[in-house]
Amino acid sequence: MNPARLAARLRRATPGDVVLWTCVAILLVVTLFPFYWSLKTALSTNASIPGNSRSLLPGEWTLSGFERALGLSSTEEAIAAGGSGGEINFVRALVNSLIVSTMVTVGQVTCCAMAAYAFARMHFPGRDKLFFLLLTSLMIPPIFTLLPNFLWVQDRGWLNTYVGIAAPRLLMTPFAIFFLRQFFLSIPWEIEEAASIDGAGRFRSFFQIIVPMAASPIATLSVLTFIEQWNDYLWPKLVGQEENVRVLTTSLGNFRSQTPQGTPDWSGLMAATWVSALPVLILLLLVGKRLINSIQFSGIK
Amino acid sequence: MTTAVATAARRARRRKLNEGFVALVFLAPAMLGFAVFYFRPTVLGFWNSLTDKELLRPRSKYVGLENYRTMIDDDVFWNALWVTVQYVAMNIGVQTVAAIGIAWILERLSGSRVMRTLVLTPWLMSNVVVALLFLFILDFRLGVANAFLGWLGVGAIPFLSSATWAMPSIALINVWRHMGYTALLLFAGLQTIPKDVKEAALIDGCGERQRFFRVILPLLRPVLAVVMVITLIGSFQIFDTIDVTTEGGPVNATRVIYLYIFDQAFARRNFGYASAMSVVLFAILGAVTLLQMRLLRANESDLA
Repeated sequence: MNPARLAARLRRATPGDVVLWTCVAILLVVTLFPFYWSLKTALSTNASIPGNSRSLLPGEWTLSGFERALGLSSTEEAIAAGGSGGEINFVRALVNSLIVSTMVTVGQVTCCAMAAYAFARMHFPGRDKLFFLLLTSLMIPPIFTLLPNFLWVQDRGWLNTYVGIAAPRLLMTPFAIFFLRQFFLSIPWEIEEAASIDGAGRFRSFFQIIVPMAASPIATLSVLTFIEQWNDYLWPKLVGQEENVRVLTTSLGNFRSQTPQGTPDWSGLMAATWVSALPVLILLLLVGKRLINSIQFSGIK
Repeated sequence: MTTAVATAARRARRRKLNEGFVALVFLAPAMLGFAVFYFRPTVLGFWNSLTDKELLRPRSKYVGLENYRTMIDDDVFWNALWVTVQYVAMNIGVQTVAAIGIAWILERLSGSRVMRTLVLTPWLMSNVVVALLFLFILDFRLGVANAFLGWLGVGAIPFLSSATWAMPSIALINVWRHMGYTALLLFAGLQTIPKDVKEAALIDGCGERQRFFRVILPLLRPVLAVVMVITLIGSFQIFDTIDVTTEGGPVNATRVIYLYIFDQAFARRNFGYASAMSVVLFAILGAVTLLQMRLLRANESDLA
């Protein structure tokens, strides 16, 4: 916009517009500031953090926070820069988070797509009752089922395994079934009928017609499932505390007990939060539009 | 003729049976997950609440309503409920007002996609990440919040380390995380109000404020009711943020019901007692849902 037009627009601005744009500005600052502030801290040396909390730029620039979070610096260097010497190498946790979230996403979306198809398209005894049972289970607070589930997973010897961390959501969540059933219901019957006249069975018709037609909602659900698993904290904290399976959220949540005395390695921690937020931000950039539409459509959780 | 009909009927019946079998194949994996991780633990949860079950002890016996009796005399439990309610009130109160404001902004910006994506971003971050961001921002010595207050000439506030400030601070942290998401749901509700209704109000000479409070908000009520039920139930289940920032402290100032159930079950191994408390939580959430739907008359729309 050229300055003349901008000026003209500003002259035409009503008091209402001024209020609106002030609100927009406040909203932007409130939303973005915490992200910016942690990035600034991640790029500062720990030594420069005290006394620099009024400045918008790092006191001393460094990438060593990210290097420590990603395990790229030696232990001595890390202790020297981190101060208290708490372990903040998150590479292992990053890999674990990727493994668990991928397992859950693939398993849950596949199984739920199949079940949703059966609920949307097939006739079988007790279908509506079963679906109603699924509906009511959405009302149950997660901690209610978490307690017995913990005992079950413990009895199987699945504590500190990927399967144990993934188990409760590996095969289904009621939400995933509702979400996909809704889309399957909107696909016209005629398309499948035509295929069935051509001799396609249920399996072929599901995999070759329904799944491709519902590719977009399935992709959206996959992203949502991945992010939800990526962010999950309570269950992984309970069943996966050992380092070889521990996921990012649990590791980040543990940092306090690891630095009991003195100040935490803030620079390294803020770098780690960025590392853990980055995959989600990338997904948001890739499929943000679909994600937003689906949230408006369904009102998740 | 009759045989032909009979054959057709038989064939149809066989196809239905086949269909039942095919349906079973499609349903089996998901229903296995449902049976093991939803249905079974729900039934067991009620049963465990009537036993003296302990973690790491194989045997347990039926104790009737003993756990519920313990609960009545347990001050920490009542305190946990009370702090949870305080948290929910602060969290939902501020969040709903903020979300209505943001929804209004989105509406005025004709639902700008960039804006919608931006306001959703905090909600997509994990609670742990959000808690860590604010742990640093609200740090007593190093945090920018107190630097800002200092600049305004106000004394530093121990946001997360004082019993007075810890709960409001946590409530506001979660307002930050959830307000954009809630606003998106409300914005979707605004889209369902017909344009001519909104415009008619303008033509009739309503001011912006009057239009909002007298026309838009009442029409939004059914959506608002549903959204409030969703957010309220979520709010009751606060755990992650507190576990990362204050761990229930100082003393019990932020020991909410989820945290206390968790403590009892895993730190003190009182599984039966923890189950009984989660039954009560379940009942409270059910009651809150019913009550709220009733109060806000969610099922009736003024548009009909």
